[in-house]
Amino acid sequence: MGTSFGRGGATQSLQDMANADCIVIQGSNMAECHPVGFQWVTEAKARGAKIIHVDPRFTRTTAVSDKHLPIRVGSDIALLGGLINYVLTHDLWFHEYVLAYTNAATIINDDYRDPEDLEGLFSGYDPDSGTYEHTSWSYRTAPGYEDEGAQDSGEDEHGDQKSGRAGGDEHGSGGPPLNTNHPDRDESLQDPNTVLQILKRHYARYTPEMVRDTCGISLEDFDYLARAVTENSGRERTTCFAYAVGWTHHTLGAQFIRTAAVLQLLLGNVGRPGGGIMALRGHASIQGSTDIPTLFNLLPGYLPMPSVDKESFDEYVDAIAVKKQKGFWAEAEAYTVSLLKAWWGDAAQEDNGWAYDYMPRLNGPHGTYQTVMAMLKDEVEGYFVLGQNPAIGSANGRLQRLGMSHLKWLVVRDFNLIESATWWKDGPEIATGELRTEDIDTEVFFFPAANHVEKAGTFTQTQRLLQWRHQAVNPPGDCQSELQFFFELGKRLRAKLADSRDERDRPLQELTWDYPLLPEGEPDPRAVLAEINGRHLTGPDKGKPLSSYTQMKADGSTDGGCWIYTGVYADGQNHAADRKPGREQDEIASEWGWAWPANRRILYNRASADPEGKPWSERKKLIWWDAQHKRWTGPDVPDFPVDKDPAARPDPDLGGAAALSGDDPFIMQADGKGWLFAPRGMVDGPLPTHYEPQESPVVNPLYAQQQNPARELFPHPGNLSAPEPGTPQAEVYPYMFTTYRLTEQHTAGGMSRWLPYLSELQPEMFCEVSPELAAECGLEPYGWATIVSPRSAIEAKVLVTDRMTPLDIGGRTVHQIGLPYHWGQGGDAVVTGDAANDLLGITLDPNVHIQESKVGTCDIRPGRRPRGPEVLELVSEYQERAGLTPSTSNTKVTDPQRELTAEQTEDGSQ
Amino acid sequence: MTADPAANPTADAHYDHPHPRKGFFTDTSICIGCKACEVACKEWNRNPVDSDYELLGSSYDNTGALGANTWRHVAFIEQGAEQIDRARESGRALVDLGMPRVGPPEGAASSKTTSQGTIPVTQAAAAGCGSGGGGCGCGGSPSPEDSADSSDGQGPESPVAASVHPDTPDFRWLMSSDVCKHCTHAGCLDVCPTGALFRTEYGTVVVQDDVCNGCGTCVAGCPFGVIERRSDGVFEPKNQRDSPPVPDTVKVPQHGVAQKCTLCYDRMKNDQTPACAQACPTTSIKYGDHDSMAATARERVAQLHEQGKTEARLYGANPNDGVGGTGSVFLLLDEPETYGLPPDPRVPTADLPYMFKRAGMAVAGMLAVGAVAFASGGRR
Repeated sequence: MGTSFGRGGATQSLQDMANADCIVIQGSNMAECHPVGFQWVTEAKARGAKIIHVDPRFTRTTAVSDKHLPIRVGSDIALLGGLINYVLTHDLWFHEYVLAYTNAATIINDDYRDPEDLEGLFSGYDPDSGTYEHTSWSYRTAPGYEDEGAQDSGEDEHGDQKSGRAGGDEHGSGGPPLNTNHPDRDESLQDPNTVLQILKRHYARYTPEMVRDTCGISLEDFDYLARAVTENSGRERTTCFAYAVGWTHHTLGAQFIRTAAVLQLLLGNVGRPGGGIMALRGHASIQGSTDIPTLFNLLPGYLPMPSVDKESFDEYVDAIAVKKQKGFWAEAEAYTVSLLKAWWGDAAQEDNGWAYDYMPRLNGPHGTYQTVMAMLKDEVEGYFVLGQNPAIGSANGRLQRLGMSHLKWLVVRDFNLIESATWWKDGPEIATGELRTEDIDTEVFFFPAANHVEKAGTFTQTQRLLQWRHQAVNPPGDCQSELQFFFELGKRLRAKLADSRDERDRPLQELTWDYPLLPEGEPDPRAVLAEINGRHLTGPDKGKPLSSYTQMKADGSTDGGCWIYTGVYADGQNHAADRKPGREQDEIASEWGWAWPANRRILYNRASADPEGKPWSERKKLIWWDAQHKRWTGPDVPDFPVDKDPAARPDPDLGGAAALSGDDPFIMQADGKGWLFAPRGMVDGPLPTHYEPQESPVVNPLYAQQQNPARELFPHPGNLSAPEPGTPQAEVYPYMFTTYRLTEQHTAGGMSRWLPYLSELQPEMFCEVSPELAAECGLEPYGWATIVSPRSAIEAKVLVTDRMTPLDIGGRTVHQIGLPYHWGQGGDAVVTGDAANDLLGITLDPNVHIQESKVGTCDIRPGRRPRGPEVLELVSEYQERAGLTPSTSNTKVTDPQRELTAEQTEDGSQ
Repeated sequence: MTADPAANPTADAHYDHPHPRKGFFTDTSICIGCKACEVACKEWNRNPVDSDYELLGSSYDNTGALGANTWRHVAFIEQGAEQIDRARESGRALVDLGMPRVGPPEGAASSKTTSQGTIPVTQAAAAGCGSGGGGCGCGGSPSPEDSADSSDGQGPESPVAASVHPDTPDFRWLMSSDVCKHCTHAGCLDVCPTGALFRTEYGTVVVQDDVCNGCGTCVAGCPFGVIERRSDGVFEPKNQRDSPPVPDTVKVPQHGVAQKCTLCYDRMKNDQTPACAQACPTTSIKYGDHDSMAATARERVAQLHEQGKTEARLYGANPNDGVGGTGSVFLLLDEPETYGLPPDPRVPTADLPYMFKRAGMAVAGMLAVGAVAFASGGRR
């Protein structure tokens, strides 16, 4: 989303879904996983909207939808690409919107080659590193500007460097910089290298028949979906898409979302009421955990983490954005200086690069899975586990637990003795004999944690809305909030280092660590939020809170811990705690909580008006240009410079917000447009292209290239993959499985499996299979089954149900098995069971390092799994039959002869 | 709207200042089966868990039924095309009982069309006998405000009309949250020998657990199988955060005492919504004055029928049924039996006068026979 629109958050509020005329829920089981937000889907339906659920399973979401389209897991780009093709071939795209607000008319470099020409690879692929070089995807520079030269941009880096930082995450609040300020455009769209023409060619083979043979969706069902979506788009109507981890947890997850973004832009459904793409984030503050990140590669506000190749502050800042370029991201220097001032106060001065050198720098990817692999190699000494349960909740649970057994120390902070704290005494590896408690040297510390009603602070939920939580009761016993824990840890570390003269200790010594304490001895969370908001440090307003990030300065006169949150503490008021009831305000509800950026509820809302600033229709009006007062106005906060005339066409070289044209609704993008084609920002291709998952029983029907050629691989004896389809060995693991959540349990169970009221509602691990598969494998309803993947074997009770549908994929019946992943083996929880994530392998999306946990292949057989070491024997018996080695399915290019030769032939013909 | 004073249990219980009768309307057509109602109920009322922590073998339902500890219960029913057709037919049959026909607009497969049908639908719905026709004396009063619903503004292109037919016709997954019906003529209350069960000023039926002696008569007296005696279970969560872990054998409160939904009498007295309705994310559980709940329910059935979803019907909204109508009204999408509800509930005490009469006649007869025998014997 960041790459397509400029910000990596949901484009609108959940409440706005009620305004949709059609809602497509795909990659999400919204009623089960976001039941409270689902009330707005219910409301939309009551107002007459059509609700369509595209999902491998018939779920509780489907039960209240108008239509279910069962789909093969991992084939979403084929379906969405089919819709794009339908929209283009039937000329159903929103011409005025697309021409004015997207890069449809922009012309791409002549060197660009499409996967249609190269058997599944884009131009620029380097087979040695398995990554892309982006130059051939660039915009062509307009005639007369060729001499401006390559911009001083860090983005001309090679794909492997960007992937090393998971560069895709960085576009959470600003699009990537471009190679030119003056892209060439052809408003007639006739040039074969305009984005629209490239799109047409790229998706020409994504026909309804191809969708049928790839996704298992019938021609009638595809037609139903295509008509529903297109008939409910345009001036008068809008369609909304909603997704969750059913799209993200794939080796091309970021591209799934991009496909939806392309479709929504073509239909003119972005920035308008009832449109957009609803990114349903996981639990209460997952959006917050990327805004103020728990990710290795980000600083607050989606500023990139410094890397070793950026030696100075200037180098770092120049790589984020080109100051001469359009949009608010061009002010990144002010945001960074303010952040460093918030962290190091007076120690951050211009002459020391604002204490840039105090920050650690990345020398490669350090995501959770890379860290686990490093643990196995004894390269990691200690590990903090906070608010997660990797022994159960992360892919390849066995490697997670074995990795932890290599640590010197482990800190687990949780409400309960979760499996990540007890694997050393009652984990599955103790049962198999792989680990013996007396041989494990890891020292495990358990710290009891305060829960959400026992501490105050904010949640930033799925629609970027900050809501203040008031403390209801004091935490019992030794339980502490995270804030207090880290404040105390920091105090102790600083006390130990107080007398050090070592340069490396100065960042800790000089850190501002002076939060006022509440009477109970806890640091005041409101003071932390005020610091995040930022203050004036000099001048007449010294000490006063900033009211907008536009006030941030690069001269050290302001501070602020997360620029996108600036305004939440405007006027010294905690706006996250605003609680005006809905019945006392309009539907936008601006006085309930506070949404970043600048309390806007529907992003890119400039696009809700036509290029002249008039609403597209009365029914869908939101923000419009008030010509009399020369201002943008409407019920929401305009996501646009409020006094910029729609007819304004300033010189793009002005840079920053001043360079935005009056018809550039995507104000964080370097060209102000929504990106149908992403010349920068995606490491695995400028257009979404269908590849099969890492493990699939189906040969890619479109290209010789089977999987995403840029996916991240972790060849390891404990992380084997199933053989390529089409071979006899692949039939050892003939079925697909997918993992998911249930309403009654929470992720890896730390918050639910210890609660009897929730545990009784879903007490046991089960698998969901179709009656056809049950008959094929001899599975008894509510009996036991053993599921074997190339990594592990688990047991589960069997739910035989018509809610699972066998799919006909190009003549082959593909069975899919559903596996909830809440349970784990251990002795402390109210309910326990085998962990579905033990079956998963670790293969990642190269943009954001997310694991492919939504799809794998397996076998299923009746009966319980063996006990003790015999379960390992069962797994290895399967592995031997399939002939698995760490290199199986772990070559990036499937058929070098066809694909790479294709490129040479193309090159030769130039 | 409740014209018949006998149907108002509050007045019937001789309250001087009767509050409006309170009740639920549970609209199962928008239930998402999240079970928040079950959990909120147990949390608020501190009820023991009801489980051996094993799958029950009943789709996603693992608590089974209403009982002494589970006062809200969500049923999950998976159905194929045949059952859906049957449900649609039986729902339509309810409407067709002596009424002008109703159905989806022209062109839809189920062919029965009129745009005037809403009021009759409302009548039929108000009758709400739910028993698939006959036998329960339907005769609800049509309410004037319902007729507002008979708009024919839905043109063929409108999204509502377009979705006249449920678009996934071959399969459905029904979810329904059941609860105590708080009957107008409550069997449990009628048979309680200790007075532990009483009618509240809101027209609901509540157990006073300090009065109940656990005789269990009420259990047999409830035609819905709602009330039960509490036997065992786990009360305290395994690790109460403020105290050391408690053993599973912790004493269950009110052991042996009859228990059921109070419609959150304690919350009601403080103008609070019952816990289940408060927690329901999709407003499938609505709470309010019984009259307005019943009216809302009728409107909703009419709306669904207009959309071609003729399987919709009301349950418990008929004041002439065997329990005098219930305080908790339901919108179902199939026969009540599908959800484990009795099709024709009847308060057992309804037969008392008849039984007394029969018993009286029997006694009189026996006396007469005795007298005759005596008389004739005397002649010998």
